[in-house]
Amino acid sequence: MNLLVFYILAILAAGSAIMVVTMKNIFHSALFLVLTFFSVAGIYVLLNAEFLAAVQVLIYVGAITILMIFAIMLTHQLFSRSLRQVNEQVIPASLITFIFFVLSVVALAKTAWPVSGGQLPEDRIFEIGKLLMSEYVIPFEVVSVVLLVALVGAIIIGRREKSGDTK
Amino acid sequence: MAPLANYLVLAAILFALGVWGVLRNRNALIIFMCIELMLNAVNLTFMGFSAYLNDYSGQVFVFLIMAVAAAEVAVGLAIIVSIFRHKENVNVDEINVMKW
Repeated sequence: MNLLVFYILAILAAGSAIMVVTMKNIFHSALFLVLTFFSVAGIYVLLNAEFLAAVQVLIYVGAITILMIFAIMLTHQLFSRSLRQVNEQVIPASLITFIFFVLSVVALAKTAWPVSGGQLPEDRIFEIGKLLMSEYVIPFEVVSVVLLVALVGAIIIGRREKSGDTK
Repeated sequence: MAPLANYLVLAAILFALGVWGVLRNRNALIIFMCIELMLNAVNLTFMGFSAYLNDYSGQVFVFLIMAVAAAEVAVGLAIIVSIFRHKENVNVDEINVMKW
């Protein structure tokens, strides 16, 4: 049962990821990206990580794709027409990607991954919170500063320059 | 739960599709989406290992990666929109002012 759900979600994720890459209309690409993120969130639920599944839906589906769609709207002349989206290096790019994929799958199959039995402790969100506030407190604080700086930077870059303003 | 290899192969598929998209598309917005796809694939690997090794550190890292991805998207889209204002175009093969 669990395996069946996993395969359905995996096919959904991979199929919509293919659509993201190959769609002519970038608006459709963005919508397929939402589907991919949703399937990945479902797989997180299968892995007993409900908290991160919720965060995935909130941040990726709720924030990042909406921001993408905003950017597509702002660059409007591109999304109404179906333009040529591929560059001149399609064939070498596909070849290199295929070789990379085969190599990584072979490497995955050949390695014996360590797997420990047993279950994670029940109170999962509590455990993650404890780790964030003890062992990983410095990365946690740094990432909050990174977010703040990124938002300030985004505002400054995205601001329209007034004519005659200091450059 | 499905075997760990399933999750890793799915992550490899998603990552390869992301690489393919970055290499073959010339629209900066699609390249951005494919970068998000690759970050998601890496997150999936982290989650798989976290679940199979009974260690929450993987989930903490996924959390941090998501925060960095949000920051990256905010700055990146601001750059794309401001490039569009200057050049009326977001095709990466035509944005080559900084090319040596």
